[in-house]
Amino acid sequence: MSHDHSLNPETMPSEPEKATQEGKNKFIGFWFFLGGETVLFAALFGTYIALRNSTADGPTANELFGLELVFIMTILLLTSSLTSVYAMYHLKNNDFKKMQLWLGITAILGFSFLACEIYEFTHYITEFGFTFRSSAFGSAFYALVGFHGGHVTFGMAWLIALMLRNAKRGLNLYNAPKFYVFSLYWHFIDVVWVFIFTVVYLMGKVG
Amino acid sequence: MSTAASQKRGFGTVLWDYLTTVDHKKIAHLYLFGGGFFFLLGGLEALAIRIQLLQPENDFVSAGFYNEILTMHGTTMIFLAAMPLIFAIMNAVVPLQIGARDVAFPFLNSLGFWLFLFGGLLLNCSWFLGGAPDAGWTGYVPLSITSPGHGVDFYVMGLQIAGAGTLIGGINFLATIVTMRAPGMTYMRMPLFSWTTFITSILILFAFPALTVGLFLLMFDRMFGSAFFDVGLGGNAIIWQHLFWIFGHPEVYILILPLFGVFSEVISTFSKKRLFGYTAMVFATILIAFLGFMVWAHHMFAVGLGPVANSIFSLATMAIAVPTGIKIFNWLATMWGGRITINSAMLWTLGFIPTFTIGGMTGVMVASVVADYQYHDSYFVVAHFHYVIVGGTVFGIFAALHYWWPKMFGRVLNEAMGKLTFWTFFIGFHLTFFIQHFLGLMGMPRRYWTYLEGQQLDLGNQISTVGAFFMAFGVIVFVINAIYTAVKGEKAADDPWDGRTLEWSIASPPAHYNFKQMPLVRGLDALWIEKMEGKGRLTPAEPLGDIHMPNSSFLPFMMSLGLFIAGLGFIYQVNYNWAYILLFGGMAIMLGSMLARSLKDDHGYHIPKDELEREVD
Repeated sequence: MSHDHSLNPETMPSEPEKATQEGKNKFIGFWFFLGGETVLFAALFGTYIALRNSTADGPTANELFGLELVFIMTILLLTSSLTSVYAMYHLKNNDFKKMQLWLGITAILGFSFLACEIYEFTHYITEFGFTFRSSAFGSAFYALVGFHGGHVTFGMAWLIALMLRNAKRGLNLYNAPKFYVFSLYWHFIDVVWVFIFTVVYLMGKVG
Repeated sequence: MSTAASQKRGFGTVLWDYLTTVDHKKIAHLYLFGGGFFFLLGGLEALAIRIQLLQPENDFVSAGFYNEILTMHGTTMIFLAAMPLIFAIMNAVVPLQIGARDVAFPFLNSLGFWLFLFGGLLLNCSWFLGGAPDAGWTGYVPLSITSPGHGVDFYVMGLQIAGAGTLIGGINFLATIVTMRAPGMTYMRMPLFSWTTFITSILILFAFPALTVGLFLLMFDRMFGSAFFDVGLGGNAIIWQHLFWIFGHPEVYILILPLFGVFSEVISTFSKKRLFGYTAMVFATILIAFLGFMVWAHHMFAVGLGPVANSIFSLATMAIAVPTGIKIFNWLATMWGGRITINSAMLWTLGFIPTFTIGGMTGVMVASVVADYQYHDSYFVVAHFHYVIVGGTVFGIFAALHYWWPKMFGRVLNEAMGKLTFWTFFIGFHLTFFIQHFLGLMGMPRRYWTYLEGQQLDLGNQISTVGAFFMAFGVIVFVINAIYTAVKGEKAADDPWDGRTLEWSIASPPAHYNFKQMPLVRGLDALWIEKMEGKGRLTPAEPLGDIHMPNSSFLPFMMSLGLFIAGLGFIYQVNYNWAYILLFGGMAIMLGSMLARSLKDDHGYHIPKDELEREVD
């Protein structure tokens, strides 16, 4: 297994991420992991819903949130999910350069999202005095959205490490599953954001 | 490497081998010794509790120290003794039972163990660093928020780290059972212990993240000034109870289901009969697991969730008695008409059935809301959960150890000492806990430091304490038995019990690659089928070839050590700035090790075919 696995588009198996036993294990194991992550975020959502009106006379959700910025963030993250799909398409065709290109775009979009989030949090803290400690609502908001932001940050570090590590050697059956489970992770982060967008921001403006 | 080199090895080599091993059989040994150590520690705490309650207004320990011992007894026994001992059995047995050469993620398997060990050590460091947690094993807020000192902080960080290890272990077993079964080993041909491991792992996967979040919230409130549970800032104390029990109730099924699997194997083997109602047993397990997620609020009847919620959770709880009853009757029916051998493993199993049934019946009693208002927070509840957890889990662990010891260590445990352990522990257990039902009904509240004279509680408590010493004696005999067996125990045959499943078709202990050739499984009780057809051994499913094996690694140890250091940093950054060095340093070790794991390719190695040919069969 230690020899080079570089494959040309003709010899690439149709599902390179599952072509080896190790790849199959990773694929299945990562899906299970995402099942656990779902419970983790479900618990955080439950906590947020229970505490979202406990503002302790501080700013309310309706006063804080501006849908313009959140809309931009949503577009950035949803698009980054799409670009990671393109990257996986090129993975399956063993077109390494194009895969790296689309992953690079994914990274740029991910970092832009993070920048927006940092701006958003700073804005709440400096303009409204709305912090992690100011009310139970603040604690729940920063815990939920912060856990998601932490996942995005970890995902970015993961993606950059993967891209740099494999930049010179191209695809093989050893690293294909690694790229693939990253894309699974990234889609998961995206789905969680869709729920945050709905439960935190839309319900915050309307409910 | 498997022939000459393994003959004589120095202590350092063995130590390094265990620190870096990714072999599920050695990780099973590690879990056994780690879990066994904490089991003895939790037992000592239990003895201190019982000595304190020996007589009214006793002052064997101070009130504050009593709270610490009580909290640590529960926390240690659940998270640091029962869970790892169960993982020891799973690791030792499941890959062999499904015909696999290792688990799906050998590296993560090792990481799971070291996280558990360092989490447990961190929790117990609290004894020497200003006092252990003292808010009960359930850590209810606001008590756990207002508890002074760092005790509860150690509880939070220790359980967080150990819990991460458990979650990793659960995912590992799920993937292993899905992808690594031998040819012909369909799901409905899996031995019941593998089935219960599979279902238990699903429970772990979906239950532990709730604890993770609960612990994070507690950590944020205690160490970073957030307001989840601070009522003054709009916080809500009930959130903790929900999160804790959404984890905590599935947890009790995590503790019992694997042992249901053990009892099924033991009864079937020693009755010389196929398990009665195998399919029903599988579906009963699934049903228990499913219902196990629907009943968490029965721990919260006294909170005041309202009659509708209480009724629903009450009914769901009672429903669990049905699949559990199916299991009890199937075990009895398996023995019915069988050729029964009674040895230590079987004694523990036979002791389990009536004991657990009593615990199940008191379970239905406390499931009734109106009655529970009386039982709640009394010794009746203490008696109930010890009947199910000791009578089920601990009895099951002993049964499993007697049954699989030959496969794990290549030697058979001494029968005479095994029986002595059983009888003293069994009698001691019922002495200790049966009377506690009545103490509870007479109004003795749980968790109290002491009680007054003249309330008719004296005699019951004395009996209970005497029983605890019987149990301690039994455990000591078991420890002596284990040491004696290691030194001069009888060498085990490959198949000492005339077994039915795949693990008995290979050597005791197995070669590090388990199966030289993958076996072909032709039905339930795969080995028994071959025995009945006169062959006595499994047909290989593949020609002899190179075997791919994973590399050892020191990184799991490093990652866990990093988290341990970071945990200390999180705890002490509250009052000391230097603790940030620990916090960031520990995280750097952990993340750096993760990065190293990610960047460095690890392809494993191959055992060449000719080396396998040279080894005698």
